[in-house]
Amino acid sequence: MNQDIAVSASRIVKTYGAGTSAVRALDDVSIDIEKGEFFTLLGPSGCGKTTLLRCIAGFETPTSGTILLSGRDITFTPPNERPINTVFQSYALFPHLTVAQNVGFGLQMLGRPKSEVAEAAARVLALVRLDGFANRLPQQLSGGQQQRVALARALAPQPEVLLLDEPLSALDLKLRKEMQSELKRLQTETGITFIFVTHDQEEALTMSNRIGVMSAGKLLQVGTPRDIYDRPVNRFVADFIGETNFVRATLAGDQATLGSGDTIVVDAKGASGSVTLAVRPEQIRIAPRDRPGAIHATVAESTYFGTDMHYQLALSDGTFLIARLQANAANVYGNGDEVGVLIDGTALQLLAE
Amino acid sequence: MRGSVHRRSSGANGWLLSLPALLLLLVAASGPLVIVAIYSFLEPGDYSGVRWIFSGDAWFRILFERDIFDQTVSLADANLSIFWRSVKLSLATTLVTFALGLPTAWFIATRPARSRAIWLFLITIPFWTNLLIRTFAIMEVIRNQGLLNTALIKIGLITDPIQILYTDTAVLIGMAYVYLPLMVLPLFAAIDRFDFNLIEAGYDLYASRMQILRRVILPIIRPGIVAGCILVFVPSLGAYVTPRVLGGGKNMMIGNFIELQFGQGQNWPLGAALSMVLLIVVLGALLIYTRVASKEDPHG
Ligand SMILES: Nc1ncnc2c1ncn2[C@@H]1O[C@H](COP(=O)(O)OP(=O)(O)O)[C@@H](O)[C@H]1O
Ligand SMILES: [Mg+2]
Repeated sequence: MNQDIAVSASRIVKTYGAGTSAVRALDDVSIDIEKGEFFTLLGPSGCGKTTLLRCIAGFETPTSGTILLSGRDITFTPPNERPINTVFQSYALFPHLTVAQNVGFGLQMLGRPKSEVAEAAARVLALVRLDGFANRLPQQLSGGQQQRVALARALAPQPEVLLLDEPLSALDLKLRKEMQSELKRLQTETGITFIFVTHDQEEALTMSNRIGVMSAGKLLQVGTPRDIYDRPVNRFVADFIGETNFVRATLAGDQATLGSGDTIVVDAKGASGSVTLAVRPEQIRIAPRDRPGAIHATVAESTYFGTDMHYQLALSDGTFLIARLQANAANVYGNGDEVGVLIDGTALQLLAE
Repeated sequence: MRGSVHRRSSGANGWLLSLPALLLLLVAASGPLVIVAIYSFLEPGDYSGVRWIFSGDAWFRILFERDIFDQTVSLADANLSIFWRSVKLSLATTLVTFALGLPTAWFIATRPARSRAIWLFLITIPFWTNLLIRTFAIMEVIRNQGLLNTALIKIGLITDPIQILYTDTAVLIGMAYVYLPLMVLPLFAAIDRFDFNLIEAGYDLYASRMQILRRVILPIIRPGIVAGCILVFVPSLGAYVTPRVLGGGKNMMIGNFIELQFGQGQNWPLGAALSMVLLIVVLGALLIYTRVASKEDPHG
């Protein structure tokens, strides 16, 4: 058993209902989450993120599979006996208790002496910068402050693992950005393993040490943000993480022939036949039409995005490519301009369908 | 600023407009009360009614009695035992309805919306039936040759019927049955508002099931608990029909005792004084309720 693994889920299946109406919320999910890492489960709504989190927290028992916490089998351990705490999406603060009492609740239930509970509550409230709010009731706080209380309450018992189910989705954009860096800071300062759930790819990319991408109950890919962005394993991941052009091509050695008849040189890595190329908008450059190796295209639409220009480029067979370029004088093209397109073929990702 | 001026003027208008209604309420509600209060300070008439002579005797006789021969004063044991039985039975009824009502209300509140309406309707069915008929139905169940005893004898748990009818237990059973909906409905309303995520939050934070009940659920639904307890305790204390039918003649409660003063006892002032005492106890209970309810929500 690897000493550095906090949570190890293996072959988790969770079905709801029975017979024809059965839903497979988790379909053979295996995952190892390392101690002290900020791990993000990313996927569209309904893909099973919450279900996986609830299995780890103990609110759901997997239909099959096992969950280990630091090597100990906790598959059937009730939530109140797992050193794991949750930050609920709805916060679920106790409305009849003050902020300090909310934060101290966990330690109090663990039977710690009053003085220790009060001390810990004060310390954690300072950590989330809510020092002055100890005696308020939750309904006297703003959404962002309630969020911090929920966080403090879950951190106070110093769990081995902290679970966060889309904790920022109820906050407005500015507050969300603030809480993102706040969460990151708390995770580094406490060293607690965070398992964070979101459907926001940007949030996942900026915050995580590693990301697990899920779809329809399956874990598609696990890796660092770079890994996932640069080397998505399939079309779903590539599409979900950032904008991507999907171009069908036929391989002959390292030469890929596009539908338009144009060719580009790629790193085929031994693949052959019909493939899909995933081209990130920023991997495309626009050049004069007569540049050697340039693909002929027409600018169909240009959109100004502050620092960026987005161009929709029509190839000769009518397929479109989206290009993203810095908005400087050298990169200004108008609709209908005939241009050349340069694609750095070696950086492309070849996708299995 | 403008809003507050507007509100003030409409408030004054509203007050004037509601004056007739207020007057009617004042007369209708306090008129009879004033009469009862006045009667309690008069002397009893020869056969019934009152004589218009001031006397504190009725109030004195609630708690004390004077020996006819040597005029020594002692506590009125008979009265005290009736008060004690009333309070005891009302508290017991409140406890029993709470113990039964909490799981019932919980069950209903956790049903899907559609079947919930059906369960709520079933709970309130007894309300649509005459109280006397319901009480006689209970009698049919608990009498010596009734449903309960026959069943217990049939399955061999007992050989001779248990005497339940005409005991305090019978009164308790009857009142608990009659007032159960008054406990269930406010509890249901409170549980219906309860955020069930809080149970998971408690469970996540190392609380046992018992701790979740005591530390999370009960404090949060407390307004519903207090409302249910008051709604059951108050009418129990003044109950008349149930103790009369199920308790027989001898197990009187305050309600029966008051009735006795206006009937056979021919002591209207004492009946009036007893009514006032009952009213004061009820008002006390309501005062506690508003205290607790306002403590629950100091900012709302
Ligand atoms: N208690 C439940 N009963 C039935 N189906 C459920 C239940 N919880 C989740 N599901 C289903 O399981 C799937 C995964 O849900 P969930 O884990 O909540 O997804 P996510 O959190 O990624 O949005 C969904 O299809 C959802 O409808
Ligand atoms: Mg979810």
